[in-house]
Amino acid sequence: MISEIWALTIREVKKWIREPILVFMMIIQPVIWLGLFGQAFNLTGLVQIPLSNLPPEITQQIGAIFNQMIGSIFGGTLDYFTYMAAGMLSVVILFTSMFSGMSVVWDRRFGFLNKLLVAPIARGSIVMAKVTSSVIRGLFQAALVFSIAFAFGLQAGNAFNVLDLLGVFAGLFLLSIGLSSLFIALTIRIKSWEAHMAVVNLLNLPLMFASSALFPINMMPDWLQSIAKVNPISYASDLVRAFILHSHSVGLDISRIALNFEVLIAFAVIFSLIGIVLAERGLRKG
Amino acid sequence: MAIVETKDLTKAFGKLIAVDHVSFAVEEGEIFGFLGPNGAGKTTTINMLTTLMNPTEGSAKVAGFDIVKDANKVRSLIGLVPQDLTVDEDLTGMENMMLQAMLYHVPKDVAKKRIEEVLRLVELEDAANRKVETYSGGMRKRLELAEGLIHYPKILFLDEPTLGLDVQTRAVIWDYIKKLREERGMTIFMTTHYMEEADALCDRIAIIDYGKIRALGKPKELKDGIGGDVIELALFDNSKDFSEAITKMPYVIDVKRKSEIYRIKVTKGEEALPNIIEGILKMNLKVSNVSLIKPTLDQVYLEYTGRSLRETEGNREEVMRMMRNIRRARS
Repeated sequence: MISEIWALTIREVKKWIREPILVFMMIIQPVIWLGLFGQAFNLTGLVQIPLSNLPPEITQQIGAIFNQMIGSIFGGTLDYFTYMAAGMLSVVILFTSMFSGMSVVWDRRFGFLNKLLVAPIARGSIVMAKVTSSVIRGLFQAALVFSIAFAFGLQAGNAFNVLDLLGVFAGLFLLSIGLSSLFIALTIRIKSWEAHMAVVNLLNLPLMFASSALFPINMMPDWLQSIAKVNPISYASDLVRAFILHSHSVGLDISRIALNFEVLIAFAVIFSLIGIVLAERGLRKG
Repeated sequence: MAIVETKDLTKAFGKLIAVDHVSFAVEEGEIFGFLGPNGAGKTTTINMLTTLMNPTEGSAKVAGFDIVKDANKVRSLIGLVPQDLTVDEDLTGMENMMLQAMLYHVPKDVAKKRIEEVLRLVELEDAANRKVETYSGGMRKRLELAEGLIHYPKILFLDEPTLGLDVQTRAVIWDYIKKLREERGMTIFMTTHYMEEADALCDRIAIIDYGKIRALGKPKELKDGIGGDVIELALFDNSKDFSEAITKMPYVIDVKRKSEIYRIKVTKGEEALPNIIEGILKMNLKVSNVSLIKPTLDQVYLEYTGRSLRETEGNREEVMRMMRNIRRARS
């Protein structure tokens, strides 16, 4: 079973790193996102436009006030870019995970899936290989976003260390397993790319925006809050922030971290089991 | 010993019954062909026998194991070369083979030797380290064939092995298939809608149409079954009917006359022909035209299904061309 998963994972990874456009996109996309979201949600930008006829000192001052206000909303000393960049790590995982379902549809379309289905391997290992390769891709891209965010001015807490970094990636790892399994489970019987894209698009943006990844939950209307509070992306974002903002003055909030880990572990286990069960039943021809 | 045995095997897609209570047995070591037009149920039968689909009714045993209950055992004993190309274009030939070997749990050191061996068999050893997207259609099919052999299956399923290939490549594939049987004693179950292919390769053929087996037997038996050879002969003298005299000659089964042309059904065409001409010359008659018509599977097919296989081919070629275009557009 392990050797089958390994063989299929190697295949996926090889396909991925051999596609120059994919590698290029992987590098360029986070830069665009960090830049775009960082700017679009940076409310100081909104103020500068209508007041452009005022002297620059005054707009800068207003901007500074706004930044401070936002900082208080996002929790103390934190600026929006750091808040957003930390959440962006989970969003990157979300977006790489959705491709795991895509590759199942793709393999079905081009007959490769049939080759796997006539092989004497567990159906679950086909799904697990997709999940594993998706996790590898996701974590790799998250690492890239993380380093670019540092270059762009992400301000980690002064006690941020290697263990915190491991914590961040452990959280993202669990989120990635859960989301990849979820997307595969949803698309396991889908035969066309169009239908798959429709399903993915229906889920993607709500999952991203109805979470604390880009926006604090307590600024949302109540109905949205109730969605965001069950969204695993909120828990992953919160976990990542807890680790990144680890400072000497505040220290790690162990109960908050434990809660987030518990939710993420449950999410990963439940959905990968669902994926495996559905694979045994739903992964067949026709 | 029967290596494949089906009993009332049936597959329905909604109201459409693709395979309708089909029962047959394939003996170990033979090349067994399913001959029929597009949509006759050939691929559906293969899909069931290779565990890709479950039958709606009936049962089948492959290599002694039930295709539903012991699906994984069946899988480990069979090889499938599907109709569509399923090799991964983004990997090299060698990587595709290695992946296949791992999926069939062939140990790495054994796999290396076998890959070398089967790639040599299909003459792809020079192209092994190139990406499959640079391969021609024939090369891809040969790689597909090599993949189906990596775990030394007891029985190899070939679904339209030469569909859409040019004449030379087709001949090469035929050679490989014959070689496999001769050198390995491998049982081969193949589908085809090419008459010549079934005739040249198969020990036994089942003619399938609308999901039912219409005839089953050795190609020669099937051909003999619709009557033997026919000699068509034209005489200069059209004034009298010589049918009766001809009927009395050796080998002759039946004679039909249409003005000066006689259609003579005989048992052994090659031996009958000189005898009949000699006899006619002895009657002081002159032959203006003569031809020996050997029965073809095409005629057998026509006999059992009431339509010519050729009629269905045009459509199929069109589909293939479209699929090739899609593939080209993708690369």
